[in-house]
Amino acid sequence: MGLALVLALIVAPEDADQGISQRIFYIHVPIALTAYFCFGLGAVKALLLLWRGDERYDLESYVAIHQGTIFGALTLITGSIWARASWGVWWTWSSNQLVLFLVLFLFYCAYFMLRFSLEEGQRRARSSAVYALFGVALIPVSFLAIRLADDFIHPTVFTRDGPQMSATMFTTFLVAWAAVTLLAYVLYRVELAGKRLDADLRELREALQ
Amino acid sequence: MSWSQGELVAAAYAVVFFFVLVYVAIIAAKLVRLQRETAELVELARGKPGVDA
Repeated sequence: MGLALVLALIVAPEDADQGISQRIFYIHVPIALTAYFCFGLGAVKALLLLWRGDERYDLESYVAIHQGTIFGALTLITGSIWARASWGVWWTWSSNQLVLFLVLFLFYCAYFMLRFSLEEGQRRARSSAVYALFGVALIPVSFLAIRLADDFIHPTVFTRDGPQMSATMFTTFLVAWAAVTLLAYVLYRVELAGKRLDADLRELREALQ
Repeated sequence: MSWSQGELVAAAYAVVFFFVLVYVAIIAAKLVRLQRETAELVELARGKPGVDA
């Protein structure tokens, strides 16, 4: 993470078009990709729960979606700051990718409302899993929105001809992406371990009392 | 209020740092609670007949 920060804020050259504000790219895009990955992981775990019926996938799916929502919130905040720096506005409804990402984020926020409105048990696990699977359909739509629509506001950096940036910028992006992915993985493992320990202790307390 | 581009870049990175910090603080608070609960359960188990401390 330290290396990524040094590369992003000091080593990477300044963008000729956007200037210093382009440096937000190195944190905004890896966070957005990590959010997509977490939502996807949550859906995979949900599918495994429905397929194999193993209850442990319910917690894994929930934690992955929780991580995705946190990274999704960060994507919206950093994106909004970048929009202010580049376009002079905090938000624009005319960009399909922004609106679709907001829809995706709100969809997963509603996942928690559904989950916590049901009593703990198999019904809650299965309902949450089905909802998480519906959400995964929004991921490619949100991701590809900019390529499917005539959107000239949100920049497209990765095209069929490769990344539209210098080698140093691309290396910085890759290091930042690896750092954010690693951070998300560590947070996922820590949160999962905490929740499992919590459940085990509750079970132990019931056994002892 | 007008913000310079440099301030906005700093704000974007600061927001991420703040979020991670809050997240870690929440996890740390939860671990402290779990540690306390574990200690309580150990005490409870010691009070049970047939459980060696």
